[in-house]
Amino acid sequence: MSSSPLSFRNVSMTFPDGTKALSDVSFDVSKGEFVTIVGPSGCGKSTLLKIASGLLEATSGEISVDRDRIGYVFQDATLLPWRTVRRNVELLAELHGYGKEERAKLATDAIELVGLNGFENHYPRSLSGGMRMRASLARTLTLKPPVFLFDEPFGAVDEITRERLNEETLRLFEQERFAGLFITHSISEAVYLSTKVHVMSSRPGRLVASFDVPFEYPRKPELRFDARFAELCGQVSQSLRGAHS
Amino acid sequence: MTLEEPSTFDPVEVILADAGSMPEAKRTRGATLAAVVMPPVAVGALIIGIWYFISMVVLDPKRQFLLQPPHEVWKTGFANWDNFSTMLEGMWSSTKVAFWGLLIAILLGFLLAIIMSQAKVVERAIFPYAVVLQAIPILAIVPLIGFWFGYGFSSRVLVCVIIALFPIVVNTLFGLLSADQGMHDLFTLHKASRMTRLRRLMFPAALPAVFAGLRISAGLSVIGAIVGDFFFGQGKVGIGQLLKRYANRLEGEQLFASVILSSALGVTVFLFFGWLSGRLIGKWAGESRGR
Repeated sequence: MSSSPLSFRNVSMTFPDGTKALSDVSFDVSKGEFVTIVGPSGCGKSTLLKIASGLLEATSGEISVDRDRIGYVFQDATLLPWRTVRRNVELLAELHGYGKEERAKLATDAIELVGLNGFENHYPRSLSGGMRMRASLARTLTLKPPVFLFDEPFGAVDEITRERLNEETLRLFEQERFAGLFITHSISEAVYLSTKVHVMSSRPGRLVASFDVPFEYPRKPELRFDARFAELCGQVSQSLRGAHS
Repeated sequence: MTLEEPSTFDPVEVILADAGSMPEAKRTRGATLAAVVMPPVAVGALIIGIWYFISMVVLDPKRQFLLQPPHEVWKTGFANWDNFSTMLEGMWSSTKVAFWGLLIAILLGFLLAIIMSQAKVVERAIFPYAVVLQAIPILAIVPLIGFWFGYGFSSRVLVCVIIALFPIVVNTLFGLLSADQGMHDLFTLHKASRMTRLRRLMFPAALPAVFAGLRISAGLSVIGAIVGDFFFGQGKVGIGQLLKRYANRLEGEQLFASVILSSALGVTVFLFFGWLSGRLIGKWAGESRGR
């Protein structure tokens, strides 16, 4: 047994219809590590998260993770449209049976942390895509999850909003130091956020390369214009192209 | 999706939404209201005009009894208290039938939809019979119900239930199953019980569709009450028996007046549920509302 909060050992996944989604995937995510998986669309990246969280069961291999307070940020914000931002953020604490005051406090802190103050009483339909995603992040934060799974959460927002959400994700990570596993197909997003980037091949998904990202936290937006940043992105990109062909 | 269409293109809903509490609508409220009210008023005036034209010009005076002009309908149907009070009594009797029929259809419909939403196999088992119930020619069933259960209040309510049940079942089921997979995953991840999932996710998600079904069924239950009374032709006199009587006696004015009255009841319940839906879920539901 590994001591990492999240570890995959020889995980393979074949769907009932015969589609091979993952093949022999092994890696760990330690506390304070932010690991990103990049890969072409449809390579099984999201399947990996579903397996980690227990939504799907792997065909073979071992996963070790504490699923009690797992954090999972979906591709969509998945906010309940009939609840205000505050009530949405309180949802998970509610499902876990926290008392009313405890819930309110957790929600207030989380809303503060993602900068949604002033929007507590808005319904999701009156928020922009970026704000919905922030509310979704806040909801996940309330449980203070030791393991944070991100399933391409910023794929649907525009570039500027995406960069801003990246800043906020970094701040959350710097503050909470959870074990993060992030799925994306944006290479610069991967390098910018992570301590480690794994490249996944197209179906069936295998890890074909890994890159350590040497930059210190806290990271500043200027990092994106650093020559070393560009070089690392280039290397990841090259390996991704190799995996694709 | 097609099940919801009646509500999407609902002109009444547009009126309610525009005149409702939406803040951005307030500034232009006067103008909007006029724009919303004028067209149907104009069409109404046109219809009354055509009515007069046929009644006074097209028809030979000796045959005018076939279509009495509007003011005659008003004079004999509404302004004559003897006639009008008979109609009101009939209406009241039919309204009670429609009310209880709708209430039972709602409770039964919710129950069936909830059961069906819990397991695909139950849905497969029950759904065909809901469709059969809907497809049964009600005209054939009504006399049978009379033979079996008598011509009293409960038989009439039963006719209402049969007519009004289907839209409630279908819309509620559709609504309960409409919450998206991501939200279900979220509830699964956090180990929500079946009951919690139902209460916190599936019920609220179902509300918009439930209201669409309620509006259809409310109108149908009024029709059910009239149809039952019409075909039973005995027992306590409702608006259905009156319609039959006036038609047989060629009392066109009263016939028209009672038709107008019963449509008014249907429109009222329809508007009521539209209003209720706006009050309860207007704040968060569908952007299409009011467009």
